[in-house]
Amino acid sequence: MEYVTLFISAVIVNNFVLTKFLGLCIFFGVSKNLSASIGMGMAVTSVMTLSSMLAWVVYNFVLVPLNLTFMTTAVFVLLIASFVQLLEMVIKKQAPALYNMWGIYLLLIATNCVVLAVPLLNAESSFSFLKSVVYAVGSGLGFALAIILMASLREKLRLADVPKPLEGLGIAFILAGMLALAFTGFSGMITL
Amino acid sequence: MKNLWDIFKKGLIVENPIFVLALSLCPALAVTASAITALTMGLSVMFVITANNVVVSLTRKLVNPKVRVPVYITSIATIVTLVQLLLQAFAPELYKALGIYLALIVVFAIILARAEVFASKNSVIPSFFDGLGMGAGFTLALLLIGCVRELLGAGSIFGIPVIGDWYDPALIMILPAGGFILIGYLVGGFKMLTEYMEKAEAKKGDR
Repeated sequence: MEYVTLFISAVIVNNFVLTKFLGLCIFFGVSKNLSASIGMGMAVTSVMTLSSMLAWVVYNFVLVPLNLTFMTTAVFVLLIASFVQLLEMVIKKQAPALYNMWGIYLLLIATNCVVLAVPLLNAESSFSFLKSVVYAVGSGLGFALAIILMASLREKLRLADVPKPLEGLGIAFILAGMLALAFTGFSGMITL
Repeated sequence: MKNLWDIFKKGLIVENPIFVLALSLCPALAVTASAITALTMGLSVMFVITANNVVVSLTRKLVNPKVRVPVYITSIATIVTLVQLLLQAFAPELYKALGIYLALIVVFAIILARAEVFASKNSVIPSFFDGLGMGAGFTLALLLIGCVRELLGAGSIFGIPVIGDWYDPALIMILPAGGFILIGYLVGGFKMLTEYMEKAEAKKGDR
């Protein structure tokens, strides 16, 4: 039960994009079209899950025993960036079809706040391994949900008559605000 | 001297990191529910960006271009850790309020972008001013958002009530949704401002 609430909280109640403002660069950059945002959502979810596992192992078996927790930020950034590079190479070689689908998104998320935030939050709240994984999967799916919703909205926006200065980024922000307002309705549903 | 001022100045409006370049938006929303956290965040970023520009500029001839990005990231991560430890020691409350966003300065696109675009090609002093200007532009943008949100959402600035009791605070401004909407309008406003300035400039040229 504990895991279910953690999962739902990560997907909806504490949605990373709309209540914690993480991953906004990708969120606004990629949400212009729907298929790209589905690819991005998948890429972020899988990278987030894998890097959280890796970061959990490094944090609990290397940094904590050696009393090096003050270096967490630096270690995690380098760890994730190099891991994503490696993942990109492996996928390119082993699964070219998959690479064609979302290979380009991988490099974009190598140093990204949303991917770095999950391992950091896991370390901060000293989650167990399983809990970290559940949290990472939930956060990734929450990100995917937000970006897919946003892309669908923005595709409709092409038909709308937007005031000139607000075209592009301006209206995208206002739209995200409305979406965030809708998600505010979930707040307080689960308290962790 | 004029050149250095120009380098400093462009970060403020023409290339404002938040409103014009739209880089590093995450902190612009996350820590701007009150003016004081916005200011701390802005100053931290200003420090990191300036220090990193100096480091990158100093080492630009030693670093092989092929490994430059990992080197930049290491340098940024070191400086950010420094800021984290300093804030934790001297301003523990602010450190707590900024929370995870302080550690996330490491991955702010604006810092890496300045290292790549400017500091890796210029000498130390221009790089220093570039970092300072970009940092100042970032701080100003954050402070503006922070002040407006705190004013409308709580009726105060820096925790000091400025509007009387008659004002019923609009809670939405402190919530995430208000932040998004406000930035949307500010981006639009900035676009109008820069267009107006360009037109004025063009008129001057005609004469």
